[in-house]
Amino acid sequence: MRADLIALLPELVLAVLGMVILLAGLATGKSRNRAIGAGAVLSLAVTGVALWLAAGATDPAARFFAGMFALDHFAVFFKVLFLLSSALVILLSLDYLERNDYRPGEYHALVLFATVGMMTMASGTSLATIYVGLELMALSTYVLAGYFRREVKSHEAAAKYFVLGALSSGILLYGLSLVYGTTGTLDLAVLARTLGTGGVPTATLVGVALLACGFLFKVAAVPFHVWTPDVYEGAPTPITAFMSVGPKAAAFAMFLRVFVGGFGPLDDQWRWLVGAAAALTMVWGNIAALTQDNVKRMLAYSSIAHAGYALVGLVAGGPGGVQSVLFYMLVYTVTNLGAFGFVIMLESRGYAGETVQDYAGLSRKHPLAAFGMLLFMLSLGGIPPTAGFMGKLFLFAAAVNAGYVWLVVVAVLMSAVSLYYYFRIVLQMYLRDGDEAQPAPLVEAPWTERVIWACGFAVLLIGLLPAPFLAAARATVGVLGGP
Amino acid sequence: MDFVTNLLNIICYVPLVGVLVIIFLLRRGQTAAIKTVATVTAGLDFALSLPLWFLYVPDGPAFQFAYVHEWIPSVGAKYHFGVDGISVLLILLTTLLGFISVYSSFSAITHREKEYYVFLLLLQTGMLGVFMSLDFVLFYVFWEVMLVPMYFLIGVWGGPRKLYAAIKFFLFTLVGSVLMLVGILALYFYNSTGLEAVGLSGLGNAPTFDVTELFKIAPQIPPNLQFWVFLAFFVGFAIKVPMFPFHTWLPDAHVEAPTAGSVILAGVLLKMGTYGFIRFSLPLLPDATHKAQWWVVLLAIIGIVYGALVAMAQKDMKKLVAYSSVSHLGFVMLGMFALNHQGLAGSVLQMINHGLSTGGLFLLVGIIYDRRHTRMLSDYGGLAKVMPIFAMLFMIITMASIGLPTLNGFIGEFTILVGAFNRSITWAVLAATGIVLGAAYMLWMYQQVFFGEITHEENKTLKDLSLREQWTLIPLIVLCFWIGLYPKPFFRILEPSIKRVVQVVDADYAKSPVVQLAAPSTRAQER
Repeated sequence: MRADLIALLPELVLAVLGMVILLAGLATGKSRNRAIGAGAVLSLAVTGVALWLAAGATDPAARFFAGMFALDHFAVFFKVLFLLSSALVILLSLDYLERNDYRPGEYHALVLFATVGMMTMASGTSLATIYVGLELMALSTYVLAGYFRREVKSHEAAAKYFVLGALSSGILLYGLSLVYGTTGTLDLAVLARTLGTGGVPTATLVGVALLACGFLFKVAAVPFHVWTPDVYEGAPTPITAFMSVGPKAAAFAMFLRVFVGGFGPLDDQWRWLVGAAAALTMVWGNIAALTQDNVKRMLAYSSIAHAGYALVGLVAGGPGGVQSVLFYMLVYTVTNLGAFGFVIMLESRGYAGETVQDYAGLSRKHPLAAFGMLLFMLSLGGIPPTAGFMGKLFLFAAAVNAGYVWLVVVAVLMSAVSLYYYFRIVLQMYLRDGDEAQPAPLVEAPWTERVIWACGFAVLLIGLLPAPFLAAARATVGVLGGP
Repeated sequence: MDFVTNLLNIICYVPLVGVLVIIFLLRRGQTAAIKTVATVTAGLDFALSLPLWFLYVPDGPAFQFAYVHEWIPSVGAKYHFGVDGISVLLILLTTLLGFISVYSSFSAITHREKEYYVFLLLLQTGMLGVFMSLDFVLFYVFWEVMLVPMYFLIGVWGGPRKLYAAIKFFLFTLVGSVLMLVGILALYFYNSTGLEAVGLSGLGNAPTFDVTELFKIAPQIPPNLQFWVFLAFFVGFAIKVPMFPFHTWLPDAHVEAPTAGSVILAGVLLKMGTYGFIRFSLPLLPDATHKAQWWVVLLAIIGIVYGALVAMAQKDMKKLVAYSSVSHLGFVMLGMFALNHQGLAGSVLQMINHGLSTGGLFLLVGIIYDRRHTRMLSDYGGLAKVMPIFAMLFMIITMASIGLPTLNGFIGEFTILVGAFNRSITWAVLAATGIVLGAAYMLWMYQQVFFGEITHEENKTLKDLSLREQWTLIPLIVLCFWIGLYPKPFFRILEPSIKRVVQVVDADYAKSPVVQLAAPSTRAQER
């Protein structure tokens, strides 16, 4: 029992601190925006320390709570990623909340609770644990999407997100019950052993297919992506940034755990399904993004496309595939948070920031931030020397190695297509002259800018010296089991 | 810090240092200082690259000045720089043209100077890295790094249709290079773990992207795999060359690019594709190269004739020169895919020649464009009377481009034709028509611009070249004469590297006693 609690220590710490933030926010109202934000970041840092202690004190191979919970390298990698992305999102929200005059307490607390959920998902070695984590994350995010209640678009986003999210959870749960009913277990390791002996009933396969659909819904893969553009466009921009990285990475964590680990023996059955979804997602995400004038919407389609790339790594499977997905999630997180940070910065500086045309001439007015945005666009497009290139290189290498050359050809051609819409922003920033008049900044956005710089630096660092980051992803090899 | 072992690093990153100085130490308004820093950086880079010429030992190891450092050990990607004779010449060409294009931009670029010189120098680092990289990942990084600054050079400082031209350039080359990446990965896995899912077992070597390691397995690569990898590489390189029918981005990019952009584009960027063929496709995929030989030569010859014919119909000087590039690059490809010593040596030399003469032509067109803001042939005529120095320099470069003996173009084209002739008389005959057509369109252009009466009032008051403008051209002209009169040192540097390529790609031919590489150089020398 003691070992169980030690393994769960990071989640416990963060949940408690999240409640403290919630209460502190209620006590202070809107007056202490920065202090509450600082508290939230500090909570994440403390959780990081707790994670470090807990990981040091436990055996990575051990299972806790009767095999339902693990603190292996895979979990630790994702938890660090979640803590990092949540901290960046909170920093991006500071200026935004102040400008829009919303109470910070619940907001930050919800981000922290969602983080607890994501961390649980990454650690879950039983379908039950994973589902509980997923719902904690999802419920927090539904509320966050509608948090700016004075904006109609935000309402719409929240409602859509909630209804479709609940639907996907239902599908997932149904698949889960079929798997449980036919195999008699929720434990992924037991599941892998049972399925490995052969003689899999059709009902199990239906369950696996339903689970795949539910997961594809959560990572926003085509054809389960329709909620994404509307929700991303309508939600408050920091929350859009959050949804595009944290929950997406968490969904990939559970996807990997369940499919590569638990359903590994069935990979002949699910690979073609996920492979087809990956190809469709890349093609449709990128093609639809071509025509978007609204930047948030474009980034939404871009995030759909990126889910497609990451799915390529999942389809490739094996140690190479898994580590490349992990590495890609890291790359995608810093890049996308940087890009959304730029959008947030523009919004708080009084630019409309919504349509591509609003970006005209920005390289003259904000040269450093615009350069950062250039790096993010290059990274999303996969052009060296940025992190995005290395991420795609490892993903595609894994897929070529696994024999999915056709999928890689689709992926690289679609990356070339994607450059067209990423460069629409670059074109506006650098090649067009905007009106010289500079709108009066509504609020200074020092923290937003700092996040942009940090992400820009990270994008270059990972792009030029990927070795240590790849090694961290590599440490997870073999953790999931499976073939 | 040992100078010689770090020489390649120094050459590659000196422009980057200049970039950092300009970005962080200078403000937007300090144009004079920015120009000085850029010029000094580019000049220094050229000076630093000169030791390569003297210190490179032609008969020494295959790749010299090697610099190897761990980069991404888990996948076997190394930071590996090294040069052979082919890359030495191309690096020297790059640093020379880099310097000239900075120096020639002073009057042409009048807005956003800071960014302009930043991108120009950044581009130079990218190009040099491509010629130095001996690791596929590193090569690919530099290969794509070049795209971004070039995109901006065309897109910000270009002509009226610059946005279209810039994105077209970017996407065309990108599509090619991403497919190349798939080819690289296939080779990489064949060398190590294999591609089990398609039934191809690997060689089980330690995974590596190091090109010198992969050269060793070239004969073992099964023909089937060679074919697909060759195809992937071909798309990437042929778009960059550009070969017919992948050339359509070139006229747009050239016409819209600023002068220095055109010089770099024609002088160096187009050589990336041909360099890719000779560095990777030929030695790594000998079997596929053989099988594709006929097809590539066909495209090359079509390119020669088609480029020349289209050039004849142009009314815009820059477009004319752009199409002449398609024709000349066809020659380079023809020589290369003759797959013998003369053809390859001529091909590499012609890359240099084309860089010198076409770079020169774009400079000249840029100079007259700065004065009159038009490139239409019909807007000129009789310029020889008002601009005699300009007319003379233009004549020399024109002759170099046509391939008049005593100038460099002749040596290159002649050697290529010897190589082609060795393979097939038909090839040589067809290609030779390109030379005739080349003379026609170049002289036609010259005649329209310089001879006859001055028909436009504005042309009567044109100023002849300033001293700075003359000095941008003189180095090119000196080199044109040098290669034209005494090409031996150039062939000497190339010879062992070329031999190594022929050895891999056509071992029988390399053994045959009839022809040896020394032949073209001594022959050319005797004449």
